[in-house]
Amino acid sequence: MRGIIRYSTYLPHWRLDREEIAKFFGQGGGRGTRSVAGHDEDTTTMAVEALRPVVGVDQDDEISRVYFSTCSPAYLDKTNASTIHGALGLDSRVGAYDLGGATRSSTASLLAGFESTGNCLVCMSEIRGGLPTSPDETQGGDGACGFLIGSESANRDVLAELIGSFSTTEEFLDRWREPTSELSKTWEERFGEYRYLDLGVSGFNGACEKFGIVPGDIGQLVISGTHTRASIALGKKLGIPLGSIQSELSEKVGNMAGAHSGLLLAGAIEGAGPGEIIALIVLADGVDVMFFRTTEAVKSWHQPETLGDQISKYDLVPYSKFLSWRGMVTVEPPRRPEPARTSSSAAWRSRRWKFGLEASRDPVTETVYMPPSRVSMERDSVDQMDVAAKSASKGTVVTYTVDRLAYSPSPPIVFAIIDFDDGGRFPVEMTDCSPDQVDIGKRVEMTFRKLAVSEGIRNYFWKARLID
Amino acid sequence: MGSRGICDKVAIVAMGCTTFGEHWDKSLDDLIIDASIEAFSGTELTKDDIDAFWIGTAQSGMSGITLSKPLQLSNKPVTRVENYCTSGSEALRAAAYAVASGAYDVAMAVGAEKVKDSGYQGLNQFPIPGDGTGRTLTAAAMFSMVAPAYCKKYGVSQDDMSQVLARISVKNHHNGSLNPRAQFQKEISVDTVLKSPRVAGMLGVFDCAGVADGAACAIIMRAEDAFKYTDRPVFIKALSFAAGSGSGLIDSTYDYTHFPECEAAARDAYGQASIEDPRSQLMMAEVHDCFTPTELVLMEDLGFAPRGTAWKEVLAGTFDLDGALPVNPDGGLKSFGHPVGASGLRMIFECWLQLRRQAPKARQIESKSNLAMTHNLGGYPGEMVSFVSILGTEPPKT
Repeated sequence: MRGIIRYSTYLPHWRLDREEIAKFFGQGGGRGTRSVAGHDEDTTTMAVEALRPVVGVDQDDEISRVYFSTCSPAYLDKTNASTIHGALGLDSRVGAYDLGGATRSSTASLLAGFESTGNCLVCMSEIRGGLPTSPDETQGGDGACGFLIGSESANRDVLAELIGSFSTTEEFLDRWREPTSELSKTWEERFGEYRYLDLGVSGFNGACEKFGIVPGDIGQLVISGTHTRASIALGKKLGIPLGSIQSELSEKVGNMAGAHSGLLLAGAIEGAGPGEIIALIVLADGVDVMFFRTTEAVKSWHQPETLGDQISKYDLVPYSKFLSWRGMVTVEPPRRPEPARTSSSAAWRSRRWKFGLEASRDPVTETVYMPPSRVSMERDSVDQMDVAAKSASKGTVVTYTVDRLAYSPSPPIVFAIIDFDDGGRFPVEMTDCSPDQVDIGKRVEMTFRKLAVSEGIRNYFWKARLID
Repeated sequence: MGSRGICDKVAIVAMGCTTFGEHWDKSLDDLIIDASIEAFSGTELTKDDIDAFWIGTAQSGMSGITLSKPLQLSNKPVTRVENYCTSGSEALRAAAYAVASGAYDVAMAVGAEKVKDSGYQGLNQFPIPGDGTGRTLTAAAMFSMVAPAYCKKYGVSQDDMSQVLARISVKNHHNGSLNPRAQFQKEISVDTVLKSPRVAGMLGVFDCAGVADGAACAIIMRAEDAFKYTDRPVFIKALSFAAGSGSGLIDSTYDYTHFPECEAAARDAYGQASIEDPRSQLMMAEVHDCFTPTELVLMEDLGFAPRGTAWKEVLAGTFDLDGALPVNPDGGLKSFGHPVGASGLRMIFECWLQLRRQAPKARQIESKSNLAMTHNLGGYPGEMVSFVSILGTEPPKT
């Protein structure tokens, strides 16, 4: 049986209280919170974070493909999935592909995962925003999700199988964005609702007919689409209770566009019992209806932190900081030179270190070298090192400082010296924290981030974040 | 194999040093020329008498042309050296070894830096193309990690540490106030230091070295020739240098309360100069007080105080101008300012004045000792280069 072997979601650490918007501008905003990617995150780094828990768990997990979908890509022309491939330390024989442009690409990535052979990693990641006070800013959200799709084996089970998918396509203009703009535009809301309601109902009926399913068979219905009003209206019209994850995400996280369908699906699987049918409807320039059936093994895998826990654990980011992170306001930078662009050839040479955080370890003295060293400092040896993967290692803060002068896209820099539990010391920048949360003895783990951007080149590397 | 040094083989016969500060009206060439003019004015030597030259600059110029062009040196051996903040000391080392080897009769070491043309605060490293994974922290942040580590190891409260660090800054400002060449010639209070804007960790603006432009230089010749050119030559008793392997950054046993490279350089220098107790044998020491915690830790690394006790000695005034061992009598990096490539030779310049009893009266140290020391470092805790020199006026025993 082919199906979803594992799933994982990633919500960035930060939330914006939607009421902050109206307090600042006297208009806009709303109730609840939305998720906010840190200044050092982009859709690629969030996809890495989403996929890390699902790879390398089992010996049967040899990956054959990576499908990455986003309509807010870090790069165009250049494949972003190759960065993900590097950060996950995947074998060079794994194909890694981007699907992008339209929000509907996420459906394509999921279907590609099911229709391919071997183990496929499917990830969706989005950073959504709009002009200050706009509905897109308020109701949008940032997040990512990842799936390992493959066949069951002696060591691992399928959590949910795809019963089938049903799609229709229709050309009309509801939401669009020029390739050079970060801001979307929409047509008059009523028109989109009119079309999506129609498409949703007929698509759902068509899918039920095709797969012999009646509404009463469905345990959870989740509906994804950038047209929030149409999604709600369709739910009511179909008369099937929406999965609780639907409202949770709307109220506390926001609409993650292309990634939203994947987060809904992951949340629905997480909340499902064995043998439950999950219906996923995606309203995007047509409709995609997918029916999944959970297996007896659905509870055999949980991501390290449930989506529910991810939703409830956060720190609020002030609206002013949110606006500066999004480039909506420009604040005075430290009077320090901006970082030079990363050398492409140097980054390539050290890709196992830079992207995969692979250190070297002297097999005799067990000293860990970060970055990797060819020469031992304790004995007369050259090129006799083992590889020491550190991205999954946890550590403890030995000492730390707050640098108020160094250049950072969001000063000040919090910087710590950490000792890993499994050996090695690493001086590293901290993220997702305020200076007063860091202290000697605090526990940390590694996270893949964007250190800076110079001449359009994103400098990806690892930072440390606090564990609770 | 061993480090034997060149004790008493060479002598400094002339020196020059510009004022350090924000020299908006002076170029690097101007600074080099001004320091050189002063050196030549104190001796009968002219630039044509100098056989070889070294210029230490961290990033104000490339190649020997940085020196040969402003001084109009024609087809002389002129070399630029760089070794972080010890570049000036490195120039001296090269010139001294060249003379000691017998390759040249007279050599000149120049250190110079034009920092204030960058338009940025603090010191900035010339960007070398890389993979983007190196640290981008300021030096202040790297050194700020020393203070809490020292507190933890020796049970010093944060309040006490604040007082100790402020006291170091106040001392160096006091010394600088007696120095017409210093960038900051103003006394400050402990309160001023404590209330200054924070830069990194517990360090404020007054815990950091002054960022300045400047140049300094020395003319070196064989010891036996020195008295022909000056009645009070300063003999080089020891020169040592230690570059770390960067192990402190990855070594879990390194605790940020000492700088092994500095300990190693001091040990080597004391051996070369046969110094057993630096605290009682030295007249004074110039040390690399880039940040106040650096000076604190150096008092122990250089053997001026046992481990864990320097903070008490600081409070007791041991290293004040009138203390048992005056440290940074010219104001140090803190108030003299820190033009990177010039600082090592600026330290030598203060020894030159003090040993020859030519310092301004208000800060001339009264001492029976005729030995002085400079300590110059570059880099950060865990990844450092360190230089130590011992200088003296006692002539070589023949």
